[in-house]
Amino acid sequence: MKQKVLFYTRFERLWHWLQAFLILSLAVIGFEIHGTYSIFGFSTAVEYHNYLGLSLIGLYIFWIFWLMITGQWRQYVPGMKGVYEQTMYYISGIFKGAPHPTEKTPESKLNPMQKVAYFVLVAILIPLQLVLGALYLFYNEPEFLGIQLESLQPVAILHTLVAFLISTFVIAHIYLTTTGHTLTAYIKGMVTGYEEVDHK
Amino acid sequence: MLHKMLHQIFAVFIIVVMAAFSNVIAQDKISNYDLNSLVHKHVPMVDHSQFDVLKKDFKTPQEVTETCLSCHNKAHEGLMKTSHWLWTETNTQSKRGEHKYGKYNSVNNFCISIQGNWARCTSCHAGYGYENNEFDFTNKSNIDCLVCHDQSGTYKKFPTKAGYPVTEETVFPENNVKFLPPDYNKIAQSVGIPKRQNCGACHYSGGGGNNVKHGDLEKALNKTTKKVDVHMGIDGANMRCAECHTTENHNITGQLYIVATDNEDRVSCTDCHEPNIHNNPILNRHTETIACQTCHIPEYAKVNPTKMSWDWSKAGENRKPSEIEKFHGKEPTYNKKKGEFTFGLNVKPDYVFFNGTAEQVHFGDKIDPTKPVVMNQLNGSYLDGKSKIIPVKVFTGKQIYDSELNTFIAPKLFGQPGTGAYWAEFDWGKASESGMKAAGLPYSGKYGFVSTVAYWRINHMVSPKDAAVSCNECHVPEGGRLAKLESEGLYIPGRDRNATLDSIGYFLLIATFFGVLGHGLLRIVFASKRK
Repeated sequence: MKQKVLFYTRFERLWHWLQAFLILSLAVIGFEIHGTYSIFGFSTAVEYHNYLGLSLIGLYIFWIFWLMITGQWRQYVPGMKGVYEQTMYYISGIFKGAPHPTEKTPESKLNPMQKVAYFVLVAILIPLQLVLGALYLFYNEPEFLGIQLESLQPVAILHTLVAFLISTFVIAHIYLTTTGHTLTAYIKGMVTGYEEVDHK
Repeated sequence: MLHKMLHQIFAVFIIVVMAAFSNVIAQDKISNYDLNSLVHKHVPMVDHSQFDVLKKDFKTPQEVTETCLSCHNKAHEGLMKTSHWLWTETNTQSKRGEHKYGKYNSVNNFCISIQGNWARCTSCHAGYGYENNEFDFTNKSNIDCLVCHDQSGTYKKFPTKAGYPVTEETVFPENNVKFLPPDYNKIAQSVGIPKRQNCGACHYSGGGGNNVKHGDLEKALNKTTKKVDVHMGIDGANMRCAECHTTENHNITGQLYIVATDNEDRVSCTDCHEPNIHNNPILNRHTETIACQTCHIPEYAKVNPTKMSWDWSKAGENRKPSEIEKFHGKEPTYNKKKGEFTFGLNVKPDYVFFNGTAEQVHFGDKIDPTKPVVMNQLNGSYLDGKSKIIPVKVFTGKQIYDSELNTFIAPKLFGQPGTGAYWAEFDWGKASESGMKAAGLPYSGKYGFVSTVAYWRINHMVSPKDAAVSCNECHVPEGGRLAKLESEGLYIPGRDRNATLDSIGYFLLIATFFGVLGHGLLRIVFASKRK
């Protein structure tokens, strides 16, 4: 028997989609600034990128605050348990119609692979990218930053590197939304908050 | 309860973000600077036409000077210490130490040197009779007050008379311009503070013609529009040179790194303008590493052409006028006396890092003839913490040097036949011998031609703010204004990238995209098999 369960509160959904919008637009505009293509023109792109980036810093700090007081940070603590099974599921089980190896509950929303990937994303890549972005933006204002950067070069190159990594994550992430019990089940879940689970 | 509170804080956050974005749009307005409000309107306190001493019959220009000094009896003291009079001043360079340098003893890649050519070159000396190295720089009667202070517009120094005007009607054969003896009464009674015409009489025509040397200083500035020069345009502030080139005791600020390497007595945009004048904070951050001129002088030689290169080695050929190409149908690209030239009109400057100090090559310095000799190396780098990117005119030349001693030669160019003057005899050997003798410098008797490069700062012809260089003229991967600018550690967003990282990064993105696409296709294939 199937049952609709609330997985994502209104705040989580808003946060997720706002962050999705910010990261996607930062990536699109960021690669324009990088010189990969031209859409808005350099000056407009830079202004948008700065405000979007500052917004993401604000959102990220707020979200960390939310994680801490709600205790939801526990969802992201990674471990090796179940990683192998989950990996094997994506390599072979998924093609055979095997069931998901991990049960998804509101208390444990992330499978072991997600925990590792999301932990790397939200605890390493995003904060690193935000710090690099702030250094990039204010590198010639040492009074404001509190440190004197000799050159923009290392900051810019690392910022590009992390941008490639986060963009890679986004591609994989979007694809993996299709791996629910229907193609759009996960996306619907993040829109409405509810997902169907097998009642046991 | 907790969730409700979080939602409220979140709503505030959204509002802050929206406000930040509306701020982006609001920042489009640019501050308005009213130039007219800055100009000091000079009101003369005396009418020189009422002075009886200026109504007497002047026989020589020195008599005029003596009359000036009879009232302005301290004026000469300051003037005689300036480079306008001495054509030299004390410079200190890191490698050379303190030394006297100026037009007096310098070498350049235009007309090369004044040694042996004094009477021609010193037509721009603020004095009379500077025709050899024996000129008495202590004789105040030889000061030329009029060339700077004449407001009648009729006072002209003859091009080849060591700073003197003519005493009878004379035609200058080079350009068939007629020179009349000055009406000293009219001129002396007209005097006032120098206008653009006064400074321009010499500074527009360095190198032997209008706009030849500077590229951003030429006669069109006498009567121009804001579009050409926002400060001098008669439809705008109509400023005099000395309004920026502030002057004390006749010492006028502003110098060239061709002749003066000390970073003093300079004129800066920020003498008047706030560096952080832009409304956009990103533009303000640029001012730490980029000079105002870099963005605000998008082009020089906006009206008349400027010389971009000069090859003396081609001089002396008898080319038919029909064989000589003319730049824009006007400027001949060959002259038997001078060699071959190239010109530029509406030129985009080159750009270099500059920290305010420079090196120079002097007569007697060893040069390496196997590569272009940089006449005035502008010091600076991205990492030195003092440099800014500045716009320059890069002037290239090919000129005579002593191929045994590896030093520059000061050839005698100007003079009568029999003096060894190149322009009369077309013999580089004789010209070298005669010029080096006049300069008191050693010459081996063997000469060759060496390529040279000189940097001229571009500081004038500032455009109105809406014509300033835009972001994407530099922040582009290829073909931008700063495409050639290299300096260790320099990273210009949009222009620079780490090629290896980019290759790996794009590969990663594409591989992931096709990876998940393949995974998806396999799922479809297996799902259809299961049915």
